Amino acid sequence: MQYLLEVEGVRKAFPGVVALDGVSLQVRPGTVHALMGENGAGKSTLMKIIAGLDRPDAGRVTLRGRAAMIHQELHLMPPMTVAENIWIGREPLTRLGLIDHRALDRRTVELLAGLHLDIAPGERIAEMTMARRQMVEIARAVSYASDILIMDEPTSTLSEPEVDQLFGIIADLKARGSAVIYITHKINEVFRIADEVSVMRDGRMIGSAAADSMDRDRLIAMMVGRELTQLFPKDNTPAARVALSVSGLSSRGTFADVSFDVRAGEIVGIAGLVGSRRTEVAETLFGLRRATAGEIRIDGVPVEIDSPATAITHGMAFLTEDRKLSGLFLPLSVQENMEVTALSGGFVHMGFVRQRQLMAACGALAATLRVKTPDLFEPVQHLSGGNQQKVLVGRWLLTSPRILILDEPTRGIDVGAKAEIHRLISGLAAGGAAVIMISSEMPEILGMSDRVMVMREGRVAGMLDRCDANQIDLMRLAAN
Amino acid sequence: MLLVLVGIALLFEAIGWSVRGASFLFNGQRLLVMVLQVSIIGLLAIGMTQVILTGGIDLSSGSVVALSAMMAASLAQTPSARAVFPALTDLPFVVPVAAGLATGALAGLVNGSLIAYTGIPPFIATLGMMVSARGLARYYTKGQPISMLTDGYTRIGEGARPVVIFLVTALVFHVLLRHTRYGKYTYAIGANPQAARVSGIRVNRHLLRVYTVAGLLAGLGGVVTSARAASGQAGMGVSYELDAIAAAVIGGTSLSGGVGRIAGTVIGTVILGIMTSGFTFIGLDAYIQDIVKGAVIVLAVVADRYRHRASHV
Repeated sequence: MQYLLEVEGVRKAFPGVVALDGVSLQVRPGTVHALMGENGAGKSTLMKIIAGLDRPDAGRVTLRGRAAMIHQELHLMPPMTVAENIWIGREPLTRLGLIDHRALDRRTVELLAGLHLDIAPGERIAEMTMARRQMVEIARAVSYASDILIMDEPTSTLSEPEVDQLFGIIADLKARGSAVIYITHKINEVFRIADEVSVMRDGRMIGSAAADSMDRDRLIAMMVGRELTQLFPKDNTPAARVALSVSGLSSRGTFADVSFDVRAGEIVGIAGLVGSRRTEVAETLFGLRRATAGEIRIDGVPVEIDSPATAITHGMAFLTEDRKLSGLFLPLSVQENMEVTALSGGFVHMGFVRQRQLMAACGALAATLRVKTPDLFEPVQHLSGGNQQKVLVGRWLLTSPRILILDEPTRGIDVGAKAEIHRLISGLAAGGAAVIMISSEMPEILGMSDRVMVMREGRVAGMLDRCDANQIDLMRLAAN
Repeated sequence: MLLVLVGIALLFEAIGWSVRGASFLFNGQRLLVMVLQVSIIGLLAIGMTQVILTGGIDLSSGSVVALSAMMAASLAQTPSARAVFPALTDLPFVVPVAAGLATGALAGLVNGSLIAYTGIPPFIATLGMMVSARGLARYYTKGQPISMLTDGYTRIGEGARPVVIFLVTALVFHVLLRHTRYGKYTYAIGANPQAARVSGIRVNRHLLRVYTVAGLLAGLGGVVTSARAASGQAGMGVSYELDAIAAAVIGGTSLSGGVGRIAGTVIGTVILGIMTSGFTFIGLDAYIQDIVKGAVIVLAVVADRYRHRASHV
């Protein structure tokens, strides 16, 4: 069978780094080709070259048809409608050269109906959830009627039913003879939808194979270049006294009557689909939102948390789910990104920062966390996602927190960094910290947590113990 | 940016020799005047830099110069029948200085409160202050200038003192921005206000401080201006805020926040000064001076962009 796409010996270098080194890849029509690899492996550069957004220094790309790309970061214009976003630059015109809004809406309705998406053409992007925005992005890519659709981590903002919907769309595309290149970190997804899988590492193609000839351990080993025995190294640490107690916490119109305890040394996972309001509960605990009812006790003492600054003085830390939006100071250095939480503590004397001591503390943390960076002065934006996440973890470790809230701590980072962060979280719990971990990845939740709280539409749907928690029960509680 | 400064200086030096047959740079008097005429702009530019670092802007600083100059001058008069406050004349110079600084700080406090607690954009809040402060400066004496100031007060603006005040202020703010919590919070808020809040920074409270400090520096600018001119006039400092923004931006401060240094702003200020002196020196028509100056401001920033893009993959 003729290949739809043939990449042969492609090389691409940027100043100081070879991003792609003799990479080859073949994609057949009517197949889903999964592409895996750690962050910085060269996947994005390769996709840019395939989509024609960048040129290779050497090698050949033969594309029989057109390629379209769905980006990991959404490229939608929030103040505009769904229809305007999908057809931007390709709007149907009236005879006078003005935009034909009726035709625009009709086309959009046809497109969305064809994808079985329940979205109206006139909805504004700004008023949609991240998951629905992702669906619009996908519809836009499909509207180009491309032969190859490149999807970069499309499920990172989707919950389980929406993932099913997306996979339905992918099946349709396959049936029409299109090919999909599917970049993902989630191994389960590969076995669910991929026909073939390729793994990249350090700018090189490690190997390609039919998905059904692969297994999980081999795939992970190819990605990290070493044998990984266990992905989620949670040791069972004996839980002692209650560190954080939440009772009847409510935020009108958002969530209601959330109650749970976290003991010192315990990891409580919070599972739930998109819209279950897990993040909102975390934000309320940390003082980013106001509670309308309920009580929070720390070490048995009722506390009033009106701002993150107050939460931090109570020994809390909050790793937010969106690194770029509410975590990183992109223009600033690794050092400046880490030190910020320490500036309210002992590293400041009469307003003056004890720079040398602070540097030493951050340097030591960066070494412990194995942050890959030339030095602490490197702009954090030059680091890979996994290393950026480690910097943010380091920021919170500087405060020696007793209560850690981690919202999707391993989203969008590679397998190696993921395992390191898991080990770190377990270590913190072993050291006596109370940990709340929100995650959309069921294996992560089940592998790491002592107990799992499942949320559904702003309420606690159930609490499962480590020993009797499994994916089926969890899903049943979350979806119902 | 230092390269741009040296480049422009050498260009004038070359033109100077070929057109006038004299050196541009090796003239102590000219160099002093060059910095002297931009010292006030420089003071405003320092305040502007820290405001821009937070991702904001302060359009009111030129008007605040005028208002502070009027307030300070009205308390710095020698006894005469036409004094604004005939009962309050011959006061020690610290009184008008304090009044000028307090006026500036108060204007900044109003700016900061509006921005932090009503959520209106800095552009709008300070635009309002720009118009109102100028109006208040005129209303204060119904448009009349305030003159006959005490020697103790006018001495502040004599000789090279404004230059010294500018450079000392620059040094203080360099240390403040690089080595104190105040500075670190300023950078963090500009780089990502949401992340700053999550990290425990009380963002609104800090913005209030930053705008107040910017107002204080504009007040200082008003004091120095009125002392040097030996009078207070409501028309002082018109469009100084734009020169201050230009100086900060030429010096590498990013309008999107989080990037910039006081050293850069000082260089940016001197570049503005060197252009004014240089154009006069080579006898360029005053109208053409402005045309070229505008182009140089834009080109300097474009050049800076390219340099940064080259170093970031």
